[in-house]
Amino acid sequence: MKIMNCPLNGPRNISEFVCGGEVEAMPAPGAADAAWADYVFLENNTAGVVREWWMHAPTSYWFIAERDTRSDEILRTYPASEVFAERQDFAT
Amino acid sequence: MPFGLLKYGFRRHYPARRYLPAVTELKDSYDIVIVGAGGHGLAAAYYLARDHGITDVAVLDKGYVGGGNTGRNTAIVRANYLTPEGVRFYDESCRLFQDLSGELDLNILYSERGHLTLAHTDAALRTMRWRAEVNKHLGVASELVFPAELAKLCPELHLGQDARYPVMGALYHPPGAIARHDAVAWGYGHGAWRRGVEIHQKTEVTGFQRANGRVTGVETTRGTIGAGLVLQATAGSSSVVAAMAGIKLPIRTVPLQACVSVPLKPFLDPIVVSGSLHVYVSQSDRGELVMGGSTDPYGLYANRSTLEFKEGLIAHILELFPFLARVKVMRQWAGMADMTPDFSPVMGLTEIDNYYIDAGWGTWGFKATPVSGKRMAECLATGRQPDILSPFRLDRFQSFEQVGERGAASVGH
Ligand SMILES: Cc1cc2nc3c(=O)[nH]c(=O)nc-3n(C[C@H](O)[C@H](O)[C@H](O)COP(=O)(O)OP(=O)(O)OC[C@H]3O[C@@H](n4cnc5c(N)ncnc54)[C@H](O)[C@@H]3O)c2cc1C
Repeated sequence: MKIMNCPLNGPRNISEFVCGGEVEAMPAPGAADAAWADYVFLENNTAGVVREWWMHAPTSYWFIAERDTRSDEILRTYPASEVFAERQDFAT
Repeated sequence: MPFGLLKYGFRRHYPARRYLPAVTELKDSYDIVIVGAGGHGLAAAYYLARDHGITDVAVLDKGYVGGGNTGRNTAIVRANYLTPEGVRFYDESCRLFQDLSGELDLNILYSERGHLTLAHTDAALRTMRWRAEVNKHLGVASELVFPAELAKLCPELHLGQDARYPVMGALYHPPGAIARHDAVAWGYGHGAWRRGVEIHQKTEVTGFQRANGRVTGVETTRGTIGAGLVLQATAGSSSVVAAMAGIKLPIRTVPLQACVSVPLKPFLDPIVVSGSLHVYVSQSDRGELVMGGSTDPYGLYANRSTLEFKEGLIAHILELFPFLARVKVMRQWAGMADMTPDFSPVMGLTEIDNYYIDAGWGTWGFKATPVSGKRMAECLATGRQPDILSPFRLDRFQSFEQVGERGAASVGH
């Protein structure tokens, strides 16, 4: 059984987690369609080390994992606050 | 043919038939270079030679012919998709498949079994009815059947109300078939080679040379060659190869696993799929039960198998066929599926003038081998996107015109 280390809940069975795709900068709300299409549909699909959003489903906790997509090795997991320190304001 | 067979029978020696060319040097350049010698790349080469008289073609593969998903799939061929664009496309492929043994002079063991997609919920039944109506409208045989008829079509299926998710009905698609996948690759490869195409195995493409918005050269582990046009048909490695040409794709590479049981006496005629239970099963000509489900939960460039997959799969197979409880799994494997967000392929022209793509085949591309080969050959020969391929163009995601096939392709491949 493969184990992933959840920053909130500790080591848990991989089947408790959901992969949310690569961490990428979101376009500005008014950005062109092409920028949104790229963000929503296109993928780097890197063969190598990637930085991804993951969720521990039973607790709905989202965090970031670094993983090698060739070896299936999980290198590091950490809270999203390490990368996203400021609150995103969608009102404007 | 019968006379030839008789003559062969009276011979003293029985030399093996050579399907593929011996190793030769690469030429300096080719009119067309095809990256990937899976079924799709080889079929494109075959139709380029047969229909368009273009034979200055090299098909390159980093491994061996059919060693990718072509030799790993569970060989289901069907046309009962959900969108009119998809149904029309896959129906053309089924028709090509029906004559393929004769066309390639190689028995691909095409076996029409009938294809049942079970519904265990009202919502699933509604999708089946939708698919049946779209199919019928386009002349594809599909209909909704209910338990009384299901009991006749597949007497072994557990239809009792004591199941966790009792079967409420099914989409029945009589032309659904299975075929011998290796033979499809060898047959197309052999036919292309006989018409003058070169096939180079163990020749990995490592980069592209570009000038003035065109690809001018193909870098390989055996040196750089010139190319008039390039077609990439590399399935699980699509994003890696496209990135060498500077193209970003709507594709994620995710493993798809499958397994077979020990051989059993023939008992299961139709192909049985359950989207709600995430399983499908058919019985091969050798008697093995060929079983699979949906893709792994996350992306990976690897062909490893997992116990989790088998546990989930077998538990659900036993809901449908409880009497298989003591049957053993004999072999297991995986392939790298090139998944698109709308479960439809990405085919045709790209932003680079002389660079063409055949990708996004995910878990559903074996059945499309003939049609994609034929239509990609047409696309390369004319430089235009054939009408039947226009819904699958790469830039559909920029104009938000996806061809949503998830309801027909996420579990039944
Ligand atoms: C377990 C499983 C079950 C499936 N079941 C079904 C099914 O029942 N029905 C169905 O229709 N489809 C099914 N599929 C999907 C189907 O197998 C594929 O979509 C189809 O075979 C793709 O064919 P292809 O020729 O495009 O790719 P492949 O056969 O994968 O060929 C691509 C080739 O490209 C080569 N390559 C990659 N990178 C390079 C490079 N840099 N240089 C040179 N060569 C390179 C590879 O070595 C490979 O041989 C299944 C897939 C899997 C994995």
